[in-house]
Amino acid sequence: MKASNAIWKERFKGKLPEPLGSEVDQFETEIELRKQGKIDEKVFAETRLRRGAYGQRYDNGQRSDGVESRKLPFADKPTKGPGTMWDAPGMLRIKVPFGGLNPRQLEVMAEIAEEYSDGIAHVTTRQDFQLHFIHIENGPSIMRRLAAVGITTREACGNAVRNVTACPLSGVCRDEAFDVTPYSHALAWFLMGHPDTMEFGRKFKPAFSGCAQHACGLTQMHDIGFVAAVREVDGKLQRGFKIVVGGGLGPVPRQARLLTDFAPVEEMLPLTQAVCRVFGKHGEKKNRNAARIKFLVDKWGIEKFREEVFATRKELREDPRWLGMLQGIEQAAEGPLRPPGQLPAPGANPALAQWLRSNVRDQRQQGYVTAAVTLPLGDITADQLRALADIVAKYTRGTIRTTVEQNFLIRWISKADVAALHADLVAADLGQAGAESIVDVVSCPGTDTCKLGISSSRGLGGELRNRLLAKSYELDEAIKSLHVKVSGCFNSCGCHHVADLGFYGVSRTLNGYKVPHFQVVLGGQWEHNAGSYGLPIIAVPSKRAPEVVDRITGHYVQNRRKDETFYGFVKRVGKGPIRELLEPLNQNIPSHDAEPGFYSDWGDPRQYSIGDIGIGECAGEVVTRYQFEMTAAERLVFEAGLELDRGAPQAAGETAYAAFIRAARALVQVQYDDVGAEADEIVAEFKERFFDSQLFHDPFVGPKFANFLFAAHAARGEKFTADTAHHRIAEAQLFIEAVHSCYNRLRSAPAGA
Amino acid sequence: MELQHLIVKIPIEGPPGLDPAALVDLFHRWVAGQTVPGVLLVDVAELLHVPDGPGVLAVGYEADFAFDHGRGVWGVLYRRKTLLGGTDAERLSHAFGAAAQAGAWIEAAFPGKVKFSRTEFELIVNDRGIAPNTPEAYAAAAPALEGAVRSLLGHGEFQLARHDQRPRERFGVTIKSARPFALPPAG
Repeated sequence: MKASNAIWKERFKGKLPEPLGSEVDQFETEIELRKQGKIDEKVFAETRLRRGAYGQRYDNGQRSDGVESRKLPFADKPTKGPGTMWDAPGMLRIKVPFGGLNPRQLEVMAEIAEEYSDGIAHVTTRQDFQLHFIHIENGPSIMRRLAAVGITTREACGNAVRNVTACPLSGVCRDEAFDVTPYSHALAWFLMGHPDTMEFGRKFKPAFSGCAQHACGLTQMHDIGFVAAVREVDGKLQRGFKIVVGGGLGPVPRQARLLTDFAPVEEMLPLTQAVCRVFGKHGEKKNRNAARIKFLVDKWGIEKFREEVFATRKELREDPRWLGMLQGIEQAAEGPLRPPGQLPAPGANPALAQWLRSNVRDQRQQGYVTAAVTLPLGDITADQLRALADIVAKYTRGTIRTTVEQNFLIRWISKADVAALHADLVAADLGQAGAESIVDVVSCPGTDTCKLGISSSRGLGGELRNRLLAKSYELDEAIKSLHVKVSGCFNSCGCHHVADLGFYGVSRTLNGYKVPHFQVVLGGQWEHNAGSYGLPIIAVPSKRAPEVVDRITGHYVQNRRKDETFYGFVKRVGKGPIRELLEPLNQNIPSHDAEPGFYSDWGDPRQYSIGDIGIGECAGEVVTRYQFEMTAAERLVFEAGLELDRGAPQAAGETAYAAFIRAARALVQVQYDDVGAEADEIVAEFKERFFDSQLFHDPFVGPKFANFLFAAHAARGEKFTADTAHHRIAEAQLFIEAVHSCYNRLRSAPAGA
Repeated sequence: MELQHLIVKIPIEGPPGLDPAALVDLFHRWVAGQTVPGVLLVDVAELLHVPDGPGVLAVGYEADFAFDHGRGVWGVLYRRKTLLGGTDAERLSHAFGAAAQAGAWIEAAFPGKVKFSRTEFELIVNDRGIAPNTPEAYAAAAPALEGAVRSLLGHGEFQLARHDQRPRERFGVTIKSARPFALPPAG
């Protein structure tokens, strides 16, 4: 593809660190074999995913232009995987363990972004980089150039151990038990390609935090989380970790559960290996929708899971790397380049003053600070990456971190250098204030590039950011620290579950047209390592989503009690009154003729569509009846959330179950007008008409959402805890969305099909 | 050095009289109609939130087009991604022609609101592997490059200067012609 592919191969021959060099060679061979049809497309798909080469929107060769879905005439070549065209551009995810980078690595990222991508490197919510519009045949050259500076894409995607994330303040934080950086580094390289990680049914995400109370590590929402702890044994301080397992976001989020409240650091690698072996051996393989480790922990219960892990740990063959990789680790620490100093008075520089307030934090070490580099939607240009490389080399010993809020964090800056640093960042257009504030909106790629995107999360994220920035000086202090996070679908890559104000994309049919919507999610908690998850309260049209922020924040500013957090406010006031505030946003819907822009998404002027679904042709009467039933179902699931807030999990779980049945009935009625009100009959009819016929099967996740209904029905009469009621509500909401999707598919199918 | 993976950017004259976001709609129409001969257009990327960045792109398999804002200068940009046959002069002519054609279409779509230069353009070899940005590489490539530009413009009254002398940057030149060149008809 690129003229230089052979040049890079020759230049790095025998010079790349192992096993990275041979990994790239293998991948290059596999590409050739696939081109010759000698590797099955499914096998090739998994192998490229394990090298970080991911699919991208339209790679099936279909693209809607707003009127109809048209074929993109790619050349007739072997596929990259089922339904994935060879020449279709793809995404490349690049692992950055603990987010740690040096100037040379930034420089190479810049080169690759401009030579192979669109000139942009994107920082993800898991401290990775992503590049878009990459051609598969350039992959090996990119990987070689990255490997030459110690970066890998290996296992950045696929059913593997993903990037090991860590609190970006590790080593300089005032609250941490100790610096988790070298431990996260050791774990990342210990698990990469480890035999006990080869049999996973799904991905596995580890995270480290230096403390329990702050958000930085987000350990509670990870497959495995490590929280640093120190205890005293025989008068000596001993380092270790509280380890939690089975957390995760995704459609139905789970809080991680306690595996052990203290494992000495020497046990970190073997115990994690044991967890991997248990997951690989007993985790679900066939049904990918129930294959994350959280489902295994659910199925067994944490006690049985813990027993199995510790029993497995005892059986492991001794590995010298368990301790070898920790050698000298307590002495490994970043340090300063420059002597400590004092912060400057901002004087007549209001931009510096604002940036100092929002982006600069004192380190534990006297005389030093950290500075956040705010990236709009996580994006940075090649020129900016080079400028940042120079800045990092000038003010530090050559280290910088990516963050899960899609920014960079520069550490070990002498306070005496802060004004000069700010000036250098401003010169590179990187000196924007507002890091980790309400203007620093986090967003997944959404419909811009993701195949699963339903609504334009980046479009909404950008719009919110622009609006909030325009009035940032007049924003009330109480709302400046809120976190806004947007996902393009229910899969939660934008982390909407743990935002103060979360959004995720859904679609609705209004006036015969599909309209992009966002579910508004409230009740999430960023603090305490993602301490609790929110629930959706209402879906609003995408073009009215910015008004949600205005209304909710205005309500909070006017009605909060002194020092009341937003999380506390939502808990006290309840979601009902907040929903009432937002309900008018679903009224007075303009006609398509009067306001066609209402029927397109942010940043995308095409008539909104999901896939090939067009304008429905069914009679309005059926629609009216269906909508009536679905409105009832949505109301029930909302009420279930209120019950949960009131501390009544039993009522919450039962109401969520009622929402399931009502939504199922809405769909059954489309085919069978006379269906009764009995749950058994509704579920039986649903199963026969929509499940057995596969009409209900989601194009991406198959029967997953129908199985939620069957499980809820089978378990009726069960005793609910707060946790199980929470899950039931989340599942009911997803089932309702799936009913909408199924209904839309049915309406758009040609007559007689 | 073989001139492959060429980027040609023709800057605008004066400030743009249009909201660059308007290009999103135009480029979507290019993708929908597959209006660019020889290029399979796949998607539109709007990156206006990034300062001095790629602007708005029509992303293709063989090449991308952009209303680009790199280094703070708006211009129409053509970026060749796949290999092209022929001579250096033919590849330069192809890349310049594609950028000029895109410029003509944009001018026609926004009459009076944007005008691209008729005397200046930038040429970058978007591949450090084949074109390191060194004085030696420039000295070796300059005769062929000047010949290709002379062939393109049809005269020798132009100045050719290195785009950026830092080795970390890509190999490139800025061409300033004493005589105006023509953009092709928009039709």
